Amino acid sequence: MSSSALSNEEIRRYSRHLIMPEMGMAGQRRLKQSSVLLIGTGGLGSPLALYLAAAGIGHIGLVDFDLVDESNLQRQIVHGTATIGLSKTESAKRRLQDLNPLIELTSYETQISSANALDLMRPFDLIVDGTDNFPTRYLTNDASVLLGKPNVYGSIFRFEGQATVFSPRDGGPCYRCLYPEPPPPGLVPSCAEGGVLGVLPGVIGTIQATEAIKLLTGIGEPLIGRLMLYDALSMRFRELRLRRNPNCPVCGDHPTIRELIDYDQFCGITPPVNVMSNQYEITPTELAAELKNTQRPFLLDVRNPYEVEIATIPGTSKVIPVDQLPERLGELDSALDMVIYCRSGARSGRAVELLKSAGFHKVRNLVGGILRWSDDVDPSVAKY
Amino acid sequence: MATITIPTPLRKYVEGRDNIILEAATVGELLSKLVENYPDLGQHLFSAEGKLRSFVNLYVGDEDIRYLQGEATPLRSDEVISIIPAIAGGTAR
Repeated sequence: MSSSALSNEEIRRYSRHLIMPEMGMAGQRRLKQSSVLLIGTGGLGSPLALYLAAAGIGHIGLVDFDLVDESNLQRQIVHGTATIGLSKTESAKRRLQDLNPLIELTSYETQISSANALDLMRPFDLIVDGTDNFPTRYLTNDASVLLGKPNVYGSIFRFEGQATVFSPRDGGPCYRCLYPEPPPPGLVPSCAEGGVLGVLPGVIGTIQATEAIKLLTGIGEPLIGRLMLYDALSMRFRELRLRRNPNCPVCGDHPTIRELIDYDQFCGITPPVNVMSNQYEITPTELAAELKNTQRPFLLDVRNPYEVEIATIPGTSKVIPVDQLPERLGELDSALDMVIYCRSGARSGRAVELLKSAGFHKVRNLVGGILRWSDDVDPSVAKY
Repeated sequence: MATITIPTPLRKYVEGRDNIILEAATVGELLSKLVENYPDLGQHLFSAEGKLRSFVNLYVGDEDIRYLQGEATPLRSDEVISIIPAIAGGTAR
C-alpha cells in the first residue's frame, strides 16, 4: 500500500529507528499506519504525546477539557508559558505539529464521559490512560474492554508511580481485576493535596509510551500481567504479577457490565450542593467583611505546615492539619463562631463535617479556600 | 522476620516509615500485629466489617494474596509483603 510506504523525508526523520533491525522499515511502517487515543494531556500525557508524535505514530487523538495553567508547567512539558490559558488540546497540538508535521493530530476538547467514550475510542488501535481521577480511569478501562482494545495504564502519587498494560484480549487482566472498587472520595489524597514530583510523570509516561510503541510494532515483551512500580526516592523499580480475575464484572468469564455506567456514582462522587443555601459555608468576600468586625470569627487553617509557609490568610487564629483534627478537638472552643479554610475548600469541607458530627454547630467552610481568597479579596496572597 | 513495605499515601499513619519489620507466621497475623502497633492504619486497610478493602492489594513477594491462600498465606522469615493501594494521580475530584 502506498499510504504506508515511507517518503524520503520520513526515512531521513526516522533513520535512527530504521537502522535497528528490531524496528526497521517494517516497524516504522506499522507505526505510520497506527493510531493512538491519548486520554489526558497533563503530567502523564505530556511525555506520552511528545514521544508518540516524535516516533511517527500515524494518527494521535488528544482528549482533554482543561486549560493550561501556570501551575501545570512544573511537569506538563508539552505545554509552555506562551500557551497558558489556551485549551490543553490546542496547546499540545501546536507543540506536536512543530515536533512532527508528518503525522495527523486530532483534538477532542471535551470531557470523556459514558456518553462519548465508545465513539471517541472506536477509531483508534490503542488507548493510553493519562487521566488523573478514579471515575475516568474506570470509564477508560471499561470502554477499552468493551471495544477489545489494549489500555496502556500509568498512575502517579507524590514520588511513586505504577504502570502496566491492560489487555484482556491477550489474556491479561483489566483495571477492575486489579482493583474491583475505587476508594471512597476523601480517603486517598489527590495530587492537588498531596503534590507530585514534576519529573515523576516523565518517568511513568515514558514507560507508557515505550509500551505503546512495542504493542503497535509487535516487538519485545509487553507489560501485560505485570505491574511496574517505581519509587523515585529510593530509586527502585519493582514488578508484581497481575492476573485476570475470571469473576471480573467486565472482562471475566461471565461479565455483568456490558455497557458503560455512571462512573461518578460508582466512585461515590455526588454533585455539589447548592452553595447559596448552605449555612455551613462562607465566601471569601463575606469573610473579609466579617474579619473587619469587632466580633470577628475564629479562623482555623487545616492545611499542612509546609503549605502555611507558602501562603496564609492574615488573621488566622490557629493551624491544625485536617489529619490531626480528630485527636486535637480539645484545643477548639465549640462556643466560638468558626471559619475553616484550606487550599481549595475540599479538606476544610471535610473538617466542617467532622466538627459538626463532634457537636460544633457554628462552623463554616471557606468556599474555594485560599485560592479564591487570592482571586476575590487579596491577590498578594500567593496561589499554589 | 517479615518486611512490610508501606506506600507513600499510608506512611503518615506509621510515623513516616517506608517499611516495618515484624515476626509473623501468616499474612493475617502480620496484619493484626501491624494494626495493633499502628491503629490509625486500620481503617485504611480494612472495612468496618473487618474485610481487606477492595482498593488495597497485598502481595507476598510478587504474588497477590488473593491467588495464594489469602490471609492464611504462610510467611517465610525473609519474606517481603507489599501494600499496593489504588492511586489515581493528578488533581482533585
